[in-house]
Amino acid sequence: MHPAVEFQQVSRVFDTVRAVDGVDLTVAEGEFFSMLGPSGSGKTTCLRLIAGFEQASAGCIRLHGRDAAGVPPYERDVNTVFQDYALFPHMSVLDNVAYGLMVQGVARAARHRQAEAMLAMVKLADFGGRRPAALSGGQRQRVALARALINQPRVLLLDEPLGALDLKLREAMQTELKALQRQLGITFVYVTHDQGEALSMSDRVAVFKQGRIEQVSSPRELYNRPRTAFVADFVGGANVIDASLAQGLIGRAQAFSVRPEQMDFVTEDDGGIRLAATLVDVQYHGAVSHYQVVLADGRQLAVSRPNLLDATQAAPEPGQAVVVGWPAHAMVMLEA
Amino acid sequence: MPTISIRRRLARLLYRRQTLLLLLLLTPPLLWFGVVYLGSLLALLMQSFYTFDDFTMAVTPELTLANFRAIADPANPLFGANIDIVLRTLGMAAAVTVACALIAFPIAYYMARYARGWQKGFFYIAVMAPMWASYIVKAYSWTVILAKGGIVYWLLQVLGLTPLLEAVLSLPLVGGSSLSTSNLGRFMVFTYIWLPFMILPIQAALERVPLSLLQASSDLGARPAQTFRTVMLPLAFPGVVAGSIFTFSLTLGDFIVPQLVGPSGLFIGNYVYTMQGAVGNIPMAAAFTVVPVVLIGLYLTLARRLGAFDAL
Repeated sequence: MHPAVEFQQVSRVFDTVRAVDGVDLTVAEGEFFSMLGPSGSGKTTCLRLIAGFEQASAGCIRLHGRDAAGVPPYERDVNTVFQDYALFPHMSVLDNVAYGLMVQGVARAARHRQAEAMLAMVKLADFGGRRPAALSGGQRQRVALARALINQPRVLLLDEPLGALDLKLREAMQTELKALQRQLGITFVYVTHDQGEALSMSDRVAVFKQGRIEQVSSPRELYNRPRTAFVADFVGGANVIDASLAQGLIGRAQAFSVRPEQMDFVTEDDGGIRLAATLVDVQYHGAVSHYQVVLADGRQLAVSRPNLLDATQAAPEPGQAVVVGWPAHAMVMLEA
Repeated sequence: MPTISIRRRLARLLYRRQTLLLLLLLTPPLLWFGVVYLGSLLALLMQSFYTFDDFTMAVTPELTLANFRAIADPANPLFGANIDIVLRTLGMAAAVTVACALIAFPIAYYMARYARGWQKGFFYIAVMAPMWASYIVKAYSWTVILAKGGIVYWLLQVLGLTPLLEAVLSLPLVGGSSLSTSNLGRFMVFTYIWLPFMILPIQAALERVPLSLLQASSDLGARPAQTFRTVMLPLAFPGVVAGSIFTFSLTLGDFIVPQLVGPSGLFIGNYVYTMQGAVGNIPMAAAFTVVPVVLIGLYLTLARRLGAFDAL
């Protein structure tokens, strides 16, 4: 059984910029695969390479086992949901959704019927007669989704589709997308810079940095066992203790990361790892509070504590001296 | 308490009363538009109802519909000649519009989607430079180019295509005694002169089509020709219509090119010019000017029906 998408040492070079630099990845059939990274990290270029809007400068791309070199987008069994939705403004919503069938020569009655079914699936059953300009952002996004699914592609590509939506709508769409993927069984390849999105929806996540993949793991694995300082910091925000400080604390000159929620302010000395610091800033976030502490040598750490109503300890104030500690198992040794 | 200058007071007043500011800004151009433009047009329209005495060559302000009947009433003796003029002009306007659209589209397409860097600037200048030359100079140059001893004849002779030219010139509607006295020649000059007016709106419309739309179309399975037909062309159509309004109305009103190039046979513009000039039949001339106004009105309504102004 071939993987849905396979990259072998794929590079894409623009003049002197290596947008994608020797990337290897494998997306399994039926998987929800996310590509996560900051702007300019190469994740969107990789998506466009899968869709066929770009050609690889080097390396080999395989779709379901077949080499995709020189295959134009209209011959690939891949469909895309664009970041700006790219709905055709001169067609009705129904014609937009039916477009994929129209270019294949499907008769009007049949393709309209299928388009109506598709719209019902994305919960826009009565919107067929409207124009894209008359829809809200969330509605347009769902039309784009219906349009991309009508050809029943084996791989669906989503290019930061939820970026323009407000938080509540985004969260609702995340649940819907995940449910849809489970229901249809299609391989989803999802590009985002929002690590919360990637973690909540995906089966596996690839973290991109400057055209290369730093780590590919399941969300839990990615969060609990980041391999590099970049991944530790990008996914979840972590305290990265560099090698020199680590030498003094645990006797090993290897950097490690500790999640802010694993750290706490300790009062008793029970033999665990302790660091003296000064509290600088407190940010209240409803469910949790983020505490910014500074060590004697200027290094900054972040501690996250839930705001429990009946906290036995009084929260420290900015300017106070505190002692920060964490359990040994919370330390994740980093490779780089 | 510091005294506020008159200027400052006026500025604050205009800030508070936005309508007053708008009125002050719009009144001069609206006055000009109303009095000079619309007023003169209305005065002309009024003239079309006056009587012209053929014997005394005098215009009297007696209201009559005789001028319009000469154009619209088949029973009127002048109707045949007048309707010939209108149809001749209309036919040329339609032909020129179609030809301009067909020639301009590939040029505009290349300019909008392929030209980059210095090429883009080059194309813009190449398209607009002819508009900087005098209109009459251009028309006259074409009479020289199309003349019997001119470049076109010479080129066709060199290529051995003279028999072809003879055959074309002997066609009833299109031809004539020579290229510069044939409808074909007149058509070529019109097409050349109005071409920039067609290229620029089409280029603007094509440029506005987002790349993601074309990629989406391709992604959904449309071959390049299908993408062109179903996405590019419909979105470029308003630009074509905008350009066609230019070419159509400019040809309808033109009176210089028909005089310089082409067979005898008046265009609407020529007839109006003749009537108001030596003959002094202002009422008839005025009545004739109503014809292009009505025709353009019908054309715009048709364009609107076809959805050309939807993007607005």
